[in-house]
Amino acid sequence: MKVHFILNGKAVEAEGRPTDRLLDVLRHVFHLTGAKEGCGEGECGACTVLLDGRTVLSCLVPLIQVDGRSVITVEGLAATEKGHAYLERFALKGGTQCGACTPGIVLSGAHLLQEHPHPSHREVAHALAGNICRCTGYQAIQRALSEEPEAVLDSTLLPAADAEREDGS
Amino acid sequence: MKHPPGILGSSPLRRDGLEKVTGAARYLDDLPAEGTWVGATVRSRHPHARIVSLRFDRTKAPADAVFVHAGDIDGVNGLQILDDRWPILASKEVHYVGEAVALVAAPTAEDALRAAAAVEVEYEQRPAVLDWEEAARNEPLYELALDEGRCEAILEAAANGDDGLILVEGEYFTGAQEHLYLETQAMLAEWVDGRLAVTGSMQCPYYVKNALQHVFSLGEDAVQVVGRYMGGAFGGKEDYPSLLAAHAALLARAARRPVRIVYDRHEDIVATTKRHPSHTRIRSAVKKDGTLVAARVDFDLDGGAYLGLSPVVLSRGILHATGPYRVPNVRIRGRVLRTDTPPSGAFRGFGAPQSQFAWERHMDRIGRRLGIDPLTLRRRNVLHPGDRLPTGQLMDASCGAAAALEEAARRGDFLRRWKKAEEDRRRDEPLGRGNRPVATGVGLSLAFHGAGFTGLGEHRMRSPVTVRLTAEGRLEILCAATEMGQGAVTVLPMLAADAAGLRIDDVLIHEPDTDVVPDSGPTVASRTTMVVGATAARAAHELVQRIVQWKEEQMGEAALRVEDSRLLGPGGEIGDFRELAREYLAAGQPDAVTVHNEPPPWQRFDEDSYHGSAYPTYSYQAQVIEVEVDTDTLQVRPTRAVAAAEVGKVLHEVQCRGQVEGGLLQAVGWALWEEMKRKDGQLLNDRMTTYIVPTFLDAPEMEVHLIEEPWEGPPHGAKGVGELPMDGPASAVCAAIENAVGIALDSIPATPERLLDHHIEAAQGGRR
Repeated sequence: MKVHFILNGKAVEAEGRPTDRLLDVLRHVFHLTGAKEGCGEGECGACTVLLDGRTVLSCLVPLIQVDGRSVITVEGLAATEKGHAYLERFALKGGTQCGACTPGIVLSGAHLLQEHPHPSHREVAHALAGNICRCTGYQAIQRALSEEPEAVLDSTLLPAADAEREDGS
Repeated sequence: MKHPPGILGSSPLRRDGLEKVTGAARYLDDLPAEGTWVGATVRSRHPHARIVSLRFDRTKAPADAVFVHAGDIDGVNGLQILDDRWPILASKEVHYVGEAVALVAAPTAEDALRAAAAVEVEYEQRPAVLDWEEAARNEPLYELALDEGRCEAILEAAANGDDGLILVEGEYFTGAQEHLYLETQAMLAEWVDGRLAVTGSMQCPYYVKNALQHVFSLGEDAVQVVGRYMGGAFGGKEDYPSLLAAHAALLARAARRPVRIVYDRHEDIVATTKRHPSHTRIRSAVKKDGTLVAARVDFDLDGGAYLGLSPVVLSRGILHATGPYRVPNVRIRGRVLRTDTPPSGAFRGFGAPQSQFAWERHMDRIGRRLGIDPLTLRRRNVLHPGDRLPTGQLMDASCGAAAALEEAARRGDFLRRWKKAEEDRRRDEPLGRGNRPVATGVGLSLAFHGAGFTGLGEHRMRSPVTVRLTAEGRLEILCAATEMGQGAVTVLPMLAADAAGLRIDDVLIHEPDTDVVPDSGPTVASRTTMVVGATAARAAHELVQRIVQWKEEQMGEAALRVEDSRLLGPGGEIGDFRELAREYLAAGQPDAVTVHNEPPPWQRFDEDSYHGSAYPTYSYQAQVIEVEVDTDTLQVRPTRAVAAAEVGKVLHEVQCRGQVEGGLLQAVGWALWEEMKRKDGQLLNDRMTTYIVPTFLDAPEMEVHLIEEPWEGPPHGAKGVGELPMDGPASAVCAAIENAVGIALDSIPATPERLLDHHIEAAQGGRR
């Protein structure tokens, strides 16, 4: 079947089986390899992407579910000026070490910051509880997200859709 | 050497930082799949069995799939680590659940799974060795001993109550731990004109190369190995990648095309190495004031089915077995026991977390027995400069054990909080009778870690590092150090730039490709910054000096120097370094310098008696960890951790802190949640849903204080930091639980079930 969706602000079409995992479609069809498979069963968060602005685990999302919707990956976040600045600060503060969890972590972080511009430590911990990091002990990630300047948190942090969204419902 | 301000101790953006945060970094599984086949592994389902028959039913497999079994190995069917008895593929018998029996490859992952299902193996089950008692009755895989003074006579006196000595005895267990690096094991192999090229996720490209030469009987020139960014390793990619590389190479040869193997999480947990479980018995003699006089330590590790790296893990374990304390008389016996479980392997700390868990819990036991608080007891025994380790090694001025202990105790307000929790608990005894739904406690521990290879390892390797000029006039470091997140690709250029008088962006580092880089040793043992970094710095300095000398000769001018990438003469700036370097290259001058690591010449170690200086220097870490214990469920929540790490010299503050914080949480996970549950040799929790590693919500709030007591050696007195934070926290967690609820657990993980068992046993008087 053919599925149409907005990927990082651009209208795209993907051919596949309805049950193909969004993670595989992103990685193999669109060659967006930022999202990683850490466990394949929704535990680790390394495959986190934004679906209509909310965090989802792309290893658990079948392709058919993204029809008519908007998907943002780390590559999309990195492509906006503010997103890139946010990511660079995240790295400077030590938020990434091995980097395997990072694409998921920074998307969960961006989503949190848009909803709560000045998150408490508790809010950060809750928002990121679905993203396992085995390197940092989470402390540097906590610092990076708690100290993120408000200036980046407008809607231009994430790529805007440059095509009319089709209503998938 | 010139030290331009601002390089060392600063925290520049890590070299791999942007690539990683933007998702652009390419790990093995991110490489384009076109033209490569996918490999899969057929594994033993039994802990011990004879292979009766092995058959590949082609009718059930995709038409072009290939199949490889032990009989296809024409070189040596053994993984070259310390010995080569760990088979690449089991041929007659299997010795652990998950052991590789056969391999298949096909164009797609789905086809590979179908092909694997077409392999039929008939087994005849054999009795398996699965527990400590049975393993201890058999011949150990390996043994070591360390003796100093007259331990047994003193212990006997203490047992008789003579000489004012008190005998304190204890027994301690630690469990297996899974690395759970986020990127699973991954490897790609290809044969081109009889030459084997392998790339993947590995800590030690030259280990992989040597292992491949052994399996395929190939010469040095016939194998190329390239290490990629690793999505975490923690020791788990020190030994195992050699096996995976051999598997991928066998399949690539059979399929006549590149083959990649990427484990899924389940497979990775089941089949790869784990942290050695340990069992330690300690008998000690102490004076009434808590002064340690003698200790006998019997330290057993479960090595699993094959030897692997166990002897060196055991060695590091016994060399750290009495912690950073003065113990004048010791008798230490170490054994690696054999069980029919996956081979235990390298994991951050490498035996030292296990033996120091036991020792630190034993210190708490001594304090409890004598009525001395944990801080005072440690103060009375902690190593100071001028003291000696059991090996006879004299502690130099850089021994920061006491400094770390005092800093953590002070910053964590240990003594006041510990005493208050003791009082609160006494009011509440027996446990649960009071009105406290949650009890709070605080624990203290101190541990140390020897930096670099044990004993004369560094002397034997004399690791070479090359620094060369690029055509554009920048320096490039050639070494085999790999990047697993610890920050080697950032710190090594910083050290070289600092030594050479260059700006950081004038120093590059080549990827670890065995065709290009010299064998500067494995990326293990907290050695990369200290050993490879120091050597890279010397090479960079040497190369820039040669260039400057050449320029001086050209100009007939002395006293030139390079600072901040500028060439300076007596009258001021003459030019820029890149221009100078290009001029030097254009003149046909040699473009590279190779220097070898020079371990301190005074370092001597007798590998038979285990006397001498096992490591040139040590780093130290103390921590105060606070927990809350639910008095109904005995669930433990670590709430705060204050750590003081004495690391010699902080080179990149953000990365250094990152090591301490990350290691600390891994140790807390090992102490509380991470348990590998086996029944009849089968792993019961073989997925991330059931093997629990700490999430953001589980992590305590951390406060890390870095202390600098530089040692005499390079680079600038910095000591290894990668493993140190794993060594002490688990004991502090148990001590905090004891402080909160009075359950003195000497066995981890401290799950509610284990705490309850221990509590009931103690209440029934079953234990001291």
